[in-house]
Amino acid sequence: MSAAASKPESLWAIAWHQLRRNRLAMICLGILTAYIIIWFYAEGVFWRGRILDKTPTYKVAHYEIRNLPPSAHHWLGTNYAGKDNLLLVAQGTRIAFEIGLLTSFIVIPLGFVLGALAGYFGRKTDTVITYLFSVIGSVPDILLIIGIAYVIHGVVDRSTAMQALTRYVDSGLLSVCIAMGFTGWVGLCRLIRGEYIKHRDRQYVLAARALGVGHLGIMFRHIAPNVLHIVIINFSLRFPGLILTEVVLSFLGVGIANEPSWGAIINDAKQRLWLGNWWELAGATAAMFFLVLALNLFGDALRDALDPKLRTADTKSA
Amino acid sequence: MIAYIIRRLISVIPITLGVLMLTFLLFRVIGGNPAYRIAGKNATPAKIAQITRDRGYDKPYFVNFQNFPRQVFDAQFPRMIGKLVRGDFGESITTKEKVRNILIEGAWPSICLTMPLFFLNLMIAVALALVAAYYRNTWVDRSLVVLSTVGMSVSSLVYIMVAQFWLAGEWRLFPVWGFEGPQYLALPLLIGVVAGVGGSVRFYRTVVLDEMFQDYVRTARAKGVSPQRILFSHVLRNALIPILTNVIIALPFLYTGSLLLESFFGIPGLGRQLVMAIPNGDEDVIYAETFLGSMLFVVANTLTDIAYTWADPRIRLK
Repeated sequence: MSAAASKPESLWAIAWHQLRRNRLAMICLGILTAYIIIWFYAEGVFWRGRILDKTPTYKVAHYEIRNLPPSAHHWLGTNYAGKDNLLLVAQGTRIAFEIGLLTSFIVIPLGFVLGALAGYFGRKTDTVITYLFSVIGSVPDILLIIGIAYVIHGVVDRSTAMQALTRYVDSGLLSVCIAMGFTGWVGLCRLIRGEYIKHRDRQYVLAARALGVGHLGIMFRHIAPNVLHIVIINFSLRFPGLILTEVVLSFLGVGIANEPSWGAIINDAKQRLWLGNWWELAGATAAMFFLVLALNLFGDALRDALDPKLRTADTKSA
Repeated sequence: MIAYIIRRLISVIPITLGVLMLTFLLFRVIGGNPAYRIAGKNATPAKIAQITRDRGYDKPYFVNFQNFPRQVFDAQFPRMIGKLVRGDFGESITTKEKVRNILIEGAWPSICLTMPLFFLNLMIAVALALVAAYYRNTWVDRSLVVLSTVGMSVSSLVYIMVAQFWLAGEWRLFPVWGFEGPQYLALPLLIGVVAGVGGSVRFYRTVVLDEMFQDYVRTARAKGVSPQRILFSHVLRNALIPILTNVIIALPFLYTGSLLLESFFGIPGLGRQLVMAIPNGDEDVIYAETFLGSMLFVVANTLTDIAYTWADPRIRLK
């Protein structure tokens, strides 16, 4: 084969080739792209309202057209305040992606750095960090998330620094993301720690050390690129869980209140389902379902492509 | 064996202290004075001051140096540990009932719902995983995997709302609300199984398939053991370890499931109490349930370790 003679392919290129051959993964990627386009559109609508200081269209109530079933004008019907359900669901897409993004701002630095420190240095550093994440891991995720979201909600009401922050980020969104970020780093930290333990005695690390590269240089310049794919796999498999958890938090009253997240829409639809208004529930559920399904399937494919050792039995037996 | 169990239980102490510290930091330090949350948004300063004094929130956090060296431990954290050791979880703000009694009241309905759910889930998931693995790469296997992924992608809240509306509300197949007999548990159990089984099936299938390509399976087949016998007595036995681990990982999710199920179906269990405590700011109930949940998790983890040795005699007790 000619590949041996030419430049060796990078891990990413090999993974991309494998993903390209996976028809299901490509369909999912298409769906995800569509969602990202909707996200950017919704973000545009939201910030346009913010900058021009106008109420965006999705928030304007029209009481003369309340509780309408789906029609040519309103594809997903209207809710109790006559707001168009389709616009609300599109904004829900924005919230879902914002949750994924903001949570990752907490999870990835915290999980990666602590995991790297624990795995690379071992000994006492490892003991302390392992203790830290076993304690956090001992509180069932959902209870800790509820507890943090509940407490942060209270803090946001009183602290001036938090109030300043909430001018840019919705206060409910902030508390939800802090809660899920603070619990989510444990899983990533475990994985990264394991990878660093595997890598720290490899020959390329010894070579770097012999050349006088410092600890930080070895950790983040030399080892980090070799474990980066774990972060991406972890993100794509964690994202759907975040979206589903947000719905539960909305129901519990510690979720997002002022913006139409999917959880808030579903929670709102709860009362009117008994009046026969199924479309409010159906819209948000369908939007959520396709995103979560696409993420689940794409995450699986990505894991198989990027981490051949973790490869599931699906591909082994195929 | 007994010495091992005792040692293992002693090792739980630092984790327990860590969990206590974590919840303390969360509810008392980061969250600020809990009196604000308890009193609600429109409370007078006098009421807040009174709650603060009554509940001892004005004391120092960890050590009290006011009357040194007497009453050094007259601080919030040591007092709380002392109370917990005596089994005193404080009292509810709304009903003035002892939280310990609330927990005891809630435990039985919760056990009635959670235990059958847990075993049903486990048995159905393992059975479906074995079916999928037995018919690997046929339409049976593929449709099971796809169905599981689809099932994982719907919010449990939606499962509950839809099933309650149609099965219980419209078609009157099940009672909608209450806890007066076994028939009241039927629909929550059904929903719990449908909502929870997807992820486990996928995972167990991978585990079983991993085992199916081991040498001992080939040996067994070569000496003429029937495929069914290989699956049930050889493969299943070896797949038990990862299955046991996953069962423990699933425990906190079980808590979430029952949290929602209990509050939607009016089952007066621990989950419903927690859901009702959040909007009321019933600090002690939230605190106690978080703590109790973590303790259950720690105990369950310990039990798994002990169960490993039963599942796999090669694992030595240290």
